[in-house]
Amino acid sequence: MALEVDGQTIELDEEGYLVDLSSWTPEIAKALADGEDVDLSDDHWDIINFLREYYEEYQIAPAVRVLTKAVGKRLGKDKGNSKYLYSLFPYGPGKQACKYAGLPKPTGCV
Amino acid sequence: MMATKKFMFVNRKAPYGTSYALESLEVVLISAAFDQEVSLAFLDDGVYQITKGQDTTGIAQKNFSKAYKALGDYDINKLYVEEESLSERGLNKDDLMDLVWEDEDEDWAEKPSIIMVNREQLSDVMAEQEVTLSF
Repeated sequence: MALEVDGQTIELDEEGYLVDLSSWTPEIAKALADGEDVDLSDDHWDIINFLREYYEEYQIAPAVRVLTKAVGKRLGKDKGNSKYLYSLFPYGPGKQACKYAGLPKPTGCV
Repeated sequence: MMATKKFMFVNRKAPYGTSYALESLEVVLISAAFDQEVSLAFLDDGVYQITKGQDTTGIAQKNFSKAYKALGDYDINKLYVEEESLSERGLNKDDLMDLVWEDEDEDWAEKPSIIMVNREQLSDVMAEQEVTLSF
């Protein structure tokens, strides 16, 4: 699979995740979201940016349970619950948000 | 609902050169998703997995040592390190990463995850386990 962003071809794996994690840009996130008819709001970006920082620090994509807890701590209890995260990322906050953030699919995610 | 069992992952190999350490870490992270009581043991060359200042630029491999710092987020906060294995390699506790977990019930207070044990104590802890997986 591949994605065209600003005239550049971005390589994706068979599930739509970035092959080269270092090639990520915000424009790529927008293009990936467009492909799934998602309009990225500031709330989406909070989670995407959070995931990128988490990956930078720990080199792994967090499991949903870990993401939920960490978001609650960082962005407030009202956002640290799966209902809120699923409202932003209906295909699963782990899978979908990690994809837009240019992270690998979370370990243990099926 | 599956019953909770005491799982111990025993890590005995150096972090790079074979894939044991990384494979173990991945299974550990997956097992935590199933709400099991997970602990880790580091002995023999396995103690190198959690040493500070790992640098993999020379071998063109991903440095996954930072991922051990995320274990606390996965409620994995019992990391047993065998003292004899450290001293036989000229290492001590200060050569290990500062691995902690945050206690949500105490306003996210950071608490140490590393538990130093001698060989005899480690064998007692191993004897208490219901499932032991060795890497």
